[in-house]
Amino acid sequence: MGRYFIKRVLGTIPLMLVVSFIIFMFIHMIPGDPARLMAGKDATPQEIQATRVAWGLDKPLIFQYGSYMDRLFHGNLGTSTETGQSVASMLTSRFQPTLTLSAVALLWSLFVGVLIGVYSAVKRSRWQDYLGMLIAISGISVPTFWLGLVLIQLFSVQLGWLPTGGLSSIWGYILPGFCLGTPIMAIMARFSRSSLLENMKEDYIRTARSKGLKESLVVLRHAFRNSLIEVVTVGGLQVGGLLAGSVIIEQVFTIPGLGRQLVEAISFRDYSVIMAELLLFSFEFVMINLIVDLLYGVLNPKIRYNH
Amino acid sequence: MLSVSPAKRKGEPVKKEKASAVRQNPTKLFLKKFMRRKMAIFSACFILLLILVAFLAPFVEPFNPSLPDYNNMFAPPSFQHLCGTDEYGRDVFSRLLAGSRSSLWVSLSSVTLGATVGAILGLLAGYYGGWIDRLVMRTCDVLFAFPDLLLAIAIVAVIGPGLSNVVIAVAVFSVPSFARIMRSSTLSVKEALFVEVSRSLGCSNASLMWKHIFPGTVASIIVNFTMRIGTAILAAASLSFLGFGAKTTESDWGAMLSTGRNYLGTAPHIVYFSGGIIFLTVLAFNLFGDGLRDALDPKIQ
Repeated sequence: MGRYFIKRVLGTIPLMLVVSFIIFMFIHMIPGDPARLMAGKDATPQEIQATRVAWGLDKPLIFQYGSYMDRLFHGNLGTSTETGQSVASMLTSRFQPTLTLSAVALLWSLFVGVLIGVYSAVKRSRWQDYLGMLIAISGISVPTFWLGLVLIQLFSVQLGWLPTGGLSSIWGYILPGFCLGTPIMAIMARFSRSSLLENMKEDYIRTARSKGLKESLVVLRHAFRNSLIEVVTVGGLQVGGLLAGSVIIEQVFTIPGLGRQLVEAISFRDYSVIMAELLLFSFEFVMINLIVDLLYGVLNPKIRYNH
Repeated sequence: MLSVSPAKRKGEPVKKEKASAVRQNPTKLFLKKFMRRKMAIFSACFILLLILVAFLAPFVEPFNPSLPDYNNMFAPPSFQHLCGTDEYGRDVFSRLLAGSRSSLWVSLSSVTLGATVGAILGLLAGYYGGWIDRLVMRTCDVLFAFPDLLLAIAIVAVIGPGLSNVVIAVAVFSVPSFARIMRSSTLSVKEALFVEVSRSLGCSNASLMWKHIFPGTVASIIVNFTMRIGTAILAAASLSFLGFGAKTTESDWGAMLSTGRNYLGTAPHIVYFSGGIIFLTVLAFNLFGDGLRDALDPKIQ
């Protein structure tokens, strides 16, 4: 058990180093002279050269990567060429909206998704099941930005119930949270249904039924309990995808979060911000997957013994 | 398996015999199972219609999709303009028909590219194992370290916007899923008795992989392929929506949606129709993929 944990945790360190190296090389493949950008629009050639030397941009890329990582470990992510602020403070200021939005999306979608999945499984092959699965497959297929625009048109423009965007009040989280969570709700519904149906075939379910247990107890106490491990795992894996989804949703609802910042940085070609954002997003993704894996190991003894 | 038969000749008869004995039943069974799923059949028809429209778009468009009509801007849907007109007075319905081309082209080419690369890598990894396996799987781990769409955004940020770059971006993020599926199917088929027999009869590695192992993995690849097309259409539309994909002048669903957004208050029909068609198309591919998966799964009778 301990060995599995250590192996898994240590395994993410080289992974993150490779990922950071790839992102770094990737950003430096972008055509254009970063020194010229950093020095500003009116800089003289001497000033550009000075910037280049000051930031070590005249050294080979591998050295630049080394010094970037060195600065990174000291909490210095560089300066934005667009705003002149430190990238670290720019990121922290945008962190809270994205986090809250993700939390809202996750809370409702996990709950509703599992509910639909369990209900569909119980009512297998009846109209409730078909309806549930139709909702689920629609949720996977719908472009969330379109859903967002349609909901804005309906609830904000026509009915005037909710704000069209921004985060001036707590109500501003409802529509974006709903859109961001829709695909997750759909995945959870499909997954919990199939997992529950799989478990309902097991012998212990027949035993439970033959004992004369009520069907609701058979489903909830016996079948669903065994599905729960897998459902939790799949639910956890969705968290990582939330950030990517927030890039789109924050754009639709003009929410000043990390995702919107990334899009802005790309359009301004603000490389230090793009680099930091990509690092942050992939780091978060890897960490969440690690936590889910470890949690799965704790919950399911089969996994840790196989390793 | 080939050389076991005493009547081995390098001619047609043996091949035909083999085909009728082995292949017909699974196909029939597959069709029988597939036809039972009404939604999947309906989706298949919709997809066929879409492909047909993509080919025939210039002939079936009621209007020229790029011809402006400044006397008729933001017209709501009517009999003349089924889906209304946009900010230049262009017919939205014709633009949707023309846009099916770019959507299908982007999604099909990107997923085909990703599937080919991923399947070859997965086949090699599963068959040879060892360092090739480790290399391929670690590369997949790295690619999986980015959420799908984010990877595409990052790639497009580096290589620049435009539809052909979107194809590359979407292809890259499709590779790992195909590689993993192919690897695991290869691992399971590799152990089958007929592979063992062929190997003991002196079959070369390449021919073993291509003739004996690959056909056994096709089913799972096809299902993933269909499902991935839906994802690819969504990703391409998302990139266009963010302004990294198609130019707003092109007839592209994502781009239409992106510009239509600016006129949501005055002419919501542009957004409704362009997004609605993306939704329906992705839904059709997902339902079709579901039907295929159920029909190809030997466990479901």
